[in-house]
Amino acid sequence: MFLELKDVAKTFTGEKQGAFEVFSDIDLSIEENQFVSILGPSGCGKSTLLAMVAGLESLTEGEMKLEGEQVNSPGPDRGMVFQEPSLFPWLNVQENVTFPLKHMYSKAEAQKRANDFLKMVHLSRFKEHYTYELSGGMQQRVAIARALAMDPKVLLMDEPFGALDEQTRHILHDELMTIWRETQKTILFVTHSIQEAVKLSDRVVVMGTRPGKIIADYSIDIPRPRHRDHPDVIQYEKQIMSLLEVEINKVLKEELNYENRD
Amino acid sequence: MKIAIKRLLFIIVILGLWEGIHLANFYPDYIVPSPITVFDTLINGFIQGDLLTALGASFKHLIIGLSLSILIGTLLGVILGKSKQADETAGMYLIALQSIPSIVWVPLAILLFGFGELAVIFVVVVGGTFVMALNVRSAIHSVPPQFLRAARTMDARGFELFYRVEIPASIPYFIQGVRLAWAFSWRALMAGEFLSNGPGLGYSLSFAQDYARMDQVIGIIIIIGVIGAVVDQLVFSKLERNVMKRWGLLNS
Ligand SMILES: Nc1ncnc2c1ncn2[C@@H]1O[C@H](COP(=O)(O)OP(=O)(O)OP(=O)(O)O)[C@@H](O)[C@H]1O
Ligand SMILES: [Mg+2]
Repeated sequence: MFLELKDVAKTFTGEKQGAFEVFSDIDLSIEENQFVSILGPSGCGKSTLLAMVAGLESLTEGEMKLEGEQVNSPGPDRGMVFQEPSLFPWLNVQENVTFPLKHMYSKAEAQKRANDFLKMVHLSRFKEHYTYELSGGMQQRVAIARALAMDPKVLLMDEPFGALDEQTRHILHDELMTIWRETQKTILFVTHSIQEAVKLSDRVVVMGTRPGKIIADYSIDIPRPRHRDHPDVIQYEKQIMSLLEVEINKVLKEELNYENRD
Repeated sequence: MKIAIKRLLFIIVILGLWEGIHLANFYPDYIVPSPITVFDTLINGFIQGDLLTALGASFKHLIIGLSLSILIGTLLGVILGKSKQADETAGMYLIALQSIPSIVWVPLAILLFGFGELAVIFVVVVGGTFVMALNVRSAIHSVPPQFLRAARTMDARGFELFYRVEIPASIPYFIQGVRLAWAFSWRALMAGEFLSNGPGLGYSLSFAQDYARMDQVIGIIIIIGVIGAVVDQLVFSKLERNVMKRWGLLNS
């Protein structure tokens, strides 16, 4: 198996609140070149899980292997696109994309490589621009180019299009599909949108909460490009929706009960 | 343009009132000199070179003192910003030191170094260092953790994180620190020079006071005000705006 998580659990121990278990017993095996989405209610630990794969968070329990090798620190074999904006404002677009290439390539090679990936996300024209001159969608595309430029085996994407409008989102979906086809990356994609997950993925992993765990794992074998009103697409969306509704209601009810506890 | 006219009119009215009070002869000339006399004194001061010498000396003290305080302040700030131990131990004292008005250091400087330029420079350094240190410290504390996480996924680690991410991410606060250090040092400079044996603008001011030369006193006050405003507006304000804009911290 390409990427394998076994019995993974995460507990945060705060000084004031004590221990807080985000999730446990996460078993996940992902094949090379697979596009896997992770869906789940807010707070179920999707970002935490992704950060673990990136090597930014430690595993409280269990183990994680990439191509048979234990993973416990960040490495250039895993690139990440974050939920929050994370381009460096003091660098221009091209310099942002060459940031991870410093150890691997000469300056000229790095620049050429950056240009290639900027072309891939259709932003070559903006390589001299600074972050504040770019729209949110453009910033995320630069972030994608930056993550791809170091040629990771796995691309981790944490709600990369969450803050974008519907229109831009669709354009970027198509762009991402093309990139995925061309680069043959394994993609782990966190999203809130069921539509987005069904549209893009080979596989949709649904997480539940309190306690966090995987509650469903769908293989989506609908030929691409997938159309929004394809009956199978709608069928999957409905199925996942009803599953998620239960989870989201669970969270809401728990929070309400907490407010009204006395 | 409109704003410029308003400002010009305002200053003309003030000068007019001033000249009016002078002409009314309520007060002797050595208390309310004519603005024209003040202007003449300034011009003469520049032509004869006294004022230029004083200005040159003041700038020398300022540049040496400010550079040192930026250097020392940055060093202290980085230590406090990076080491929790150091911050918990010494951070509070830094805030206390920063709140001491710079003129308070003058007697100490004079006792240590006499009435010369060394004492003045010492006061300038002390005046700027603590604000600088505090700003660099909060600059480092306020580096968005997001940037560090992103950099770590891109194979940056250890000292590389410091110089490729933390330093550039700190620049906006660093610039603010320099601006404040300049403002504090400039005030400290005048306090120090006023009580020193010269040369310098502050010394010229105390000299003018000793000889009851109100025209010189007002002239030098004007110079000091103009320099402060010009440096702040032309140098630091612009610099800060550009940096804030680039770093995405300005919403315009
Ligand atoms: N460093 C931390 N210390 C303590 N608790 C944390 C920390 N990071 C995350 N948590 C908690 O872990 C839980 C999962 O957080 P996480 O960000 O992974 O959720 P998420 O599924 O990505 O949510 P969203 O969809 O809103 O982005 C949350 O309850 C959060 O409060
Ligand atoms: Mg998240």
